[in-house]
Amino acid sequence: MNTISTQYEAKGSKDGTLMRLFKMRETSLIAIILLLFIVMSFASPYFLTWVNLRAMVMAFAVEGIVVIGMTILLISGGIDLSVGSVTALAMVVAGWLFLGGMDPWLASGLAILVCTLIGAIMGFFVTKVGLHHFIVSLAVMVIARGICLLATGGRPLGLFTLPPEFKFIGQGSIGPIPLIIIIFLVSVICFDFMLRKTTLFRKVFYTGSNERAAAYSGIRTKKVVFMTTTLCSALCGFAGIIYMARFGSAQPTFGIGMELNVIAAAVIGGASLSGGTGTIFGAILGVILLSVVSSSLALLDVSVYWQDIIRGSILLAAVSIDHYLNKRRG
Amino acid sequence: MGAAQNISPPLPIILHAMLVKMMTEASLLKLSNISKSFGPIHALTQVDFELRKGEIHALAGENGAGKSTLMNIIDGILQPDEGEILIDGVPQKITSPTKAQELGIGFVHQEIALCPDISVAENMFMSATNVSRSFLMDYNALHQKAAKVLSQLCDIDASARAGDLSISNQQLVEIAKALTLDCRILILDEPTAALTENEAQKLFKIMRRLADQGIAIIYISHRMVEIFDNCDRVSVFRDGKYITTRQVAEIQPGDVVNAMVGRVLDTIYPDKSKSVSESNETILQVRNLSDGKRFQDVSFELKRGEILGVGGLIGSGRSEIAKGICRLETDVTGETSVNGQPFNPADYKQSINAGVVYLSEDRKGDGIFLDMSIASNVSALSLSQVSTSAGLLSHAKEEGQAGRLGKQLNLKCGNLHDPVSSLSGGNQQKVAIAKMLSVEPKLIFLDEPTRGVDVGAKMEIYRILRDLADKGVGIVVISSELPELIGLCDRVMVVREGTISGQVSGADMTENNIMHLASVTVSPAHETRH
Repeated sequence: MNTISTQYEAKGSKDGTLMRLFKMRETSLIAIILLLFIVMSFASPYFLTWVNLRAMVMAFAVEGIVVIGMTILLISGGIDLSVGSVTALAMVVAGWLFLGGMDPWLASGLAILVCTLIGAIMGFFVTKVGLHHFIVSLAVMVIARGICLLATGGRPLGLFTLPPEFKFIGQGSIGPIPLIIIIFLVSVICFDFMLRKTTLFRKVFYTGSNERAAAYSGIRTKKVVFMTTTLCSALCGFAGIIYMARFGSAQPTFGIGMELNVIAAAVIGGASLSGGTGTIFGAILGVILLSVVSSSLALLDVSVYWQDIIRGSILLAAVSIDHYLNKRRG
Repeated sequence: MGAAQNISPPLPIILHAMLVKMMTEASLLKLSNISKSFGPIHALTQVDFELRKGEIHALAGENGAGKSTLMNIIDGILQPDEGEILIDGVPQKITSPTKAQELGIGFVHQEIALCPDISVAENMFMSATNVSRSFLMDYNALHQKAAKVLSQLCDIDASARAGDLSISNQQLVEIAKALTLDCRILILDEPTAALTENEAQKLFKIMRRLADQGIAIIYISHRMVEIFDNCDRVSVFRDGKYITTRQVAEIQPGDVVNAMVGRVLDTIYPDKSKSVSESNETILQVRNLSDGKRFQDVSFELKRGEILGVGGLIGSGRSEIAKGICRLETDVTGETSVNGQPFNPADYKQSINAGVVYLSEDRKGDGIFLDMSIASNVSALSLSQVSTSAGLLSHAKEEGQAGRLGKQLNLKCGNLHDPVSSLSGGNQQKVAIAKMLSVEPKLIFLDEPTRGVDVGAKMEIYRILRDLADKGVGIVVISSELPELIGLCDRVMVVREGTISGQVSGADMTENNIMHLASVTVSPAHETRH
């Protein structure tokens, strides 16, 4: 073994960088996605068309924003099952306020605030009362869905009078690129940067990696967990508003089962349910993979029911690999 | 050599030799060439060990010598990478603790692992219930059997709730639990670490009685006195290697210690401070510190240039005092001052900011982030130093910091981006220490700073601590290893049941004095020793 001084000279060697790149989860995901692209471009003439690609990205872009929040929460050691309900709640609250005569922008702001507050309440139950994320978010998932159904009577709220400049968020394009995709990309870049480079988010990694060691390093771990829990719900609220602008309606039953897709994407992308690991970039690749698979199966006329079975199997495979690698490391 | 082999000794001599061999050297358990690695760490390298019927066989070795790994292999918790295990001369693969139970191996772990809410009898038969083939529990038979086993040991009520027993009685229940399985080999891992002298003596009598019944006992301890007073043979391990096995009657404690550390003891510890005197400025002054639960009315001080040792049994409150001063997980009353300034942090973060830090005894549990890189481990306490005022991390600064401290501590690693889990125990501990040093502390509490660390790294850690003390950093070392306290510290303070039972320094720093203070209420210490 080398001492630090000799190691320091060897650090930048090309070999090391290549090996590291090879070992990264992101690299293998990109490889799998590229492989799928190549196979599908032969299997279906529609796959590599602008329309299909655009539709695919549109399909996962908004969910991708929720995945960002979920990944950060998973890294801190938490989990949130309520993302689908809270996203729907944002639509319903904003839609209800708008129909009540409120300015749509103000209504949207308030709806995001309500979602943030729900995240804060979950954070309270987790950090102050000491309950597990799973239980708290399971309860909130049911409660938020209940509120949605109660407020709407179970029927979608048609928001036909939404002003065009509001609908532009979900339906407009800048040049050839839909605004949704731009919002998504900007969010990914921002949060990926913050997660890599800021001390605030470094503390998220410390907390998730070993909460006691983090506390023994003077990190206020409960604050960190509270923050990640709240952030995840806030991003759900944001996503809900984009969906509302896109659909021009508020759907109380929207996002049922979304949590599974979102968690699956984050885990496929390298996040661990035991916390401490994960990247935004990886999680987005996870979303893309799931989305490409769905789109491919649809183009190949495979039954929707098969799609669920295949998605579940991909998740199981990814988690098994993760577990195997972790066990070897430990 | 060929000629000598052809000459057979007379038959009676052979028979006699065989008889003697059967009587005295019936090897119940024999391990040969056992090796075990954890990633890059060689925990055991081609180790041999032999255990005879009816003997009490001590295992000696420093922390990290491989004793625990070897015992975990015998108990089936770990599988050896190579080597052979013979029981009664028959090769066995001990694939699980259940298999070990079937083979008559009982392991009493250092940590008591009883279920506190159920009865002593149910606890005792937890493993036996596991191997029983009947579907229903027979509670009457259970309690009768439990009482019978317990009566051999002591008078503990089999129907009592396990959590209500004293620590020493819980320890005995653990032993009784092993006996319910008709064990022939009983492994006791530091059973006296939490016992007072009297309780320990009782345990030794029980051990001898069990040995007389033919049970072979493996006894792990750090205390030479216990080994020499109570054991028949001793095997010494060092850095994962088997060194020697000797009859206790034939050797001196000093021989064992030298074999354990592999060199003359004087060279392991740096010279003590020559400049400590009453006139030195006080780094830490503690007056009437209490946390209302684990310790009361604690007062002591630490002078500049001195290393203060803190001894005491496990559970005596010695760690809690250090954590209390740092406000880590506890709140305290009383007065503390550091470098003459009142020291009253609201929480541990403020304590760190004021330069008072605590290095945890449980490195993997709360000392380091195993799956994170070396560089980000080192910066965990000092993120503000490796980032801009806007809170953006500078990876260059972070690496610079880890590189500088790594060099100072002679850290051996491949790359600062490698996870800490890729390092050996000694280097992991250096990372944990580097993390503390990154905030340029005024005062460091180190709890078991050399647990699970090989001798070479130990010496380096001792040297580092002495250098820091010479530079004026306050060093308080909490340790269960008496030679460490005596060899490294200038003064040792002993904690017993949450109060300071006495202090020893200079020639009074002996294993006997410290153990006595840890067990019996005496004050002041050195006057009552006869």
